[in-house]
Amino acid sequence: MKRFLLTTACLLMASPTLAAEIWVSNEKDDTISVIDVETLEVTRTIPTGERPRGITFNSDYSRLYICASDSDAVQVMDPVTGEILHDLPSGEDPEQFVLAPDNRHLWIANEDDAVTTVVDVETRKVVAQINVGIEPEGMAVSPDGKTVITTSETTNMAHWIDTESHQIYANSLVDARPRHAEFVNEGTELWVSAEIGGTISIFDTATQQEKAKIGFEIQGVHPDLIQPVGFEFTPDHKTAFVALGPSNHVAVIDAETLEVEGYILVGRRVWHLAFSPDHTRLFTTNGVSGDVTVIDVASRKPVKTIKVGRFPWGAAMKP
Amino acid sequence: MRRLLRRTIFLALFACVGVAGAVAEARATLEVKIGYLRMERPPRPVLSNLDEIPPRRGIEGAELALSDNMTTGAFLGHDYALEVVSVPVGGPLDEAAAQLLATHDLVVLDMPLADVQMVADMAGDQKILFNAGARDHELRSAGCRANLLHTIPETGMEADALMQVLLAKKWTKLALIEGPTVEDQALADSYRKSARKFGLKIVSEKQWTFDTDLRRAASREVPLFTQGFKDHDVLLVADAHDDFARYIEHNTWKPRPVVGSTGLMARAWFPVVEQWGAAQLQSRFKDMTGRDMTPEDYAAWAAVRAVGEAVTRTGSNQVDVLRAYLLSDDFALAAFQGRPLSFRAWNGQLRQPLPVVNARAQVASAPLDGFEHARNPLDTLGTDQVESACQAFGE
Repeated sequence: MKRFLLTTACLLMASPTLAAEIWVSNEKDDTISVIDVETLEVTRTIPTGERPRGITFNSDYSRLYICASDSDAVQVMDPVTGEILHDLPSGEDPEQFVLAPDNRHLWIANEDDAVTTVVDVETRKVVAQINVGIEPEGMAVSPDGKTVITTSETTNMAHWIDTESHQIYANSLVDARPRHAEFVNEGTELWVSAEIGGTISIFDTATQQEKAKIGFEIQGVHPDLIQPVGFEFTPDHKTAFVALGPSNHVAVIDAETLEVEGYILVGRRVWHLAFSPDHTRLFTTNGVSGDVTVIDVASRKPVKTIKVGRFPWGAAMKP
Repeated sequence: MRRLLRRTIFLALFACVGVAGAVAEARATLEVKIGYLRMERPPRPVLSNLDEIPPRRGIEGAELALSDNMTTGAFLGHDYALEVVSVPVGGPLDEAAAQLLATHDLVVLDMPLADVQMVADMAGDQKILFNAGARDHELRSAGCRANLLHTIPETGMEADALMQVLLAKKWTKLALIEGPTVEDQALADSYRKSARKFGLKIVSEKQWTFDTDLRRAASREVPLFTQGFKDHDVLLVADAHDDFARYIEHNTWKPRPVVGSTGLMARAWFPVVEQWGAAQLQSRFKDMTGRDMTPEDYAAWAAVRAVGEAVTRTGSNQVDVLRAYLLSDDFALAAFQGRPLSFRAWNGQLRQPLPVVNARAQVASAPLDGFEHARNPLDTLGTDQVESACQAFGE
C-alpha cells in the first residue's frame, strides 16, 4: 500500500511536465494560470512580473518568454520549475512579441514608445530598435524569418520590417486599431485584425497589397461591438478562428473562400486563442469575465468554462 | 446567418503605401495646416482653491493629437502643423480669426457660443471648424453652422448619459439643486429635459443662494438646505462652474448619492478612464504635460485626430474631400472608448460614448446596454435628428 501511494505521488508530481498544457497570462493578477488539456483544470498558478500580456514558448518548449508590460521587461521562465531565470532588456512597456525562427531573436512591440525592439535572447542585448507607428502591438514573423510585421494601433498600419537591415520597407494602412497579425500559406499572405474597424485585412506578401477584407455580422450584436483581436489557424490553414472582443463570440472563417461559417459564444471580451496540441480543442482568454472557454473544434461548440485569474490575456500551448 | 465579404477595390492609396526606408527618409508631399483659436475667458471666483483650470487646457490635447498625426504622416509623406492663437480677455477676436483663417482651412475653436458663431460666419463654406469648447444645445440645433463640427459633447449628451445610469439603477426620484448663474440654469434645464426623456421624476427643486464660506459652513448649512426635499433616490446638482457642488456630498440631510456636477458625473473624458487602451492615452498626455487630461483636451485631441484620420484615409488636404469623408459612414475614429466615433450628418456633432464616473473609478460607459436606437446606440445621447432644428447640413 505504501509503495502504491509513493508511485501515485511520483506520478502526480511528474504530471505537469507530461500532459499538454495551455498557459494563460493574467494581466491584472501578475500570474500565469496553467491549464491541463486533459482534465481542463487549472493545475498551477505561477507569479510573474507586472501586467503579463504576450507569452510565447521557444521551439523546444524549454523556455517561456513573458511580456511583463509594467515591469518594462521580458521575463524568461523555466516552464518546469516556474522560476523566472532572468529578464531581457525589452524597451518600455512590452506588449506583444514574436520569436524569430532562429529561436534567438525576439521582436518586441513597445506599446508606450512607438518602437519595435529586437533582442538577442542569448547575449541578452538589444540588437536594434525600429521606429514604428503609435502604440505598436501585433507582431508576426514570416516563416523564412526575413520579414517581421509590427502593427500600430493608433497609426493604423502594418509595418513591414526587413529582419536583416532592420529597415521598414513598406507600410500598409489597415482599418482602425490593428491588433494582431499572422503569416499564412507558407508566408504568402498576411492577415491583420482591426479591432475598431471590425475587419480582417489580407495582404499579398510579395506586393504588400491588400487583396481581401473580411467583415463580421452577428445577429443581435451592434456592429460597433464586433471587434476582431487575436486569431488562430488550423494546421492546414483552411480554417481560421477569430476572437471578436466585446461581442463575446469567436468567428469561424473558411480561409480559402473567406466566408464566415459561424460564430461561437464564449466569455466576455475575448482576446486571444490557443489550440491543444492535437487541435481538437481551442482555448480562448476572456478578459472581462476572467475565464477561459474551451471550444470543441469539430463540433464548434463551447464545452467548458475554466475560471482563471483576473483579466486573462495571452495564451500559449505547451505539449 | 448573413455572410459578409468585401473584396477590396481600392488600390495603392488605401491598401499600401510603399515608403522605402525609415521615418526620416519619408518625403513630405502633403501639407496639412491646422489652426487652434482660443478666446480666453475671465477667471471666475469659485469657493474652492483646488483644481485650477490648466492654462493650456485644450491646446495641449491638440498638441498630443498633432504628434500622433505626425507619426502616422511620416510613413505616408503627410506633414502636419498646428498654429495656436490665444486671444486675451477683451482682445480682438475678429482680427485674430481673420488672420488665422487667411492661412488655415482647418481650425479648432475654443470659445463661447456667440464667438463660435461669429467666427463660423466669417469663415465661409471653404473651411472646416471644430468646436472643442462650447457645449450649448443651440449650436447643435437652430444655431448650427454648415462649416462647424463639434467634438465636445453638448450638455444634453452628458445629461442623457447620467440619466441612463440612474434609470438602469432604478433611481428614478430626483431632487435638484440649481445654481444661480445662467449657465447653471441651462445645465438644470438639460437635466430636466433628459429626466423627462428617460421617464425619471424630479420631485423637488431648490435654488442655491448661499454666499457663505462653505468650506467652513457646509456641515451646518447643507443638512438644513436639503432637509425639506421630498423623498428622493438621488440628489442632482447643477453647478456649471464647479463652484459649490463639491460641498454638498456627505453633508446632505438624508444619505443619498449626489450626482450631476459632483459625485457621479458624466464626462467626455476623466482621469479615471482606463479601459480600451485609454490608459495609454492618459499616460502619453501626462508624460507630455505633467497633468491630467480634461474633457476639453480630449475634444481638441479628437478634432485634430479626426483631421489626421481623414487625411490618412483620403490622401487629401482639400476641404471638400475631407468634409465629405468626415461626414460619411466610412469615417471611424478610434478614440479609446471601445467604439468607433463618427460625426452626426445632421448637425456635425461627434457621436461618442460618455464615461460616467466618480472621483476614483469609471462606473459605466453610456450608452448602457439596453438603450437601443434604430441608427446607432450612441444616438441615444443628445440631440437626435428629429429633435434638431439644424438646417445647415441639408437633408
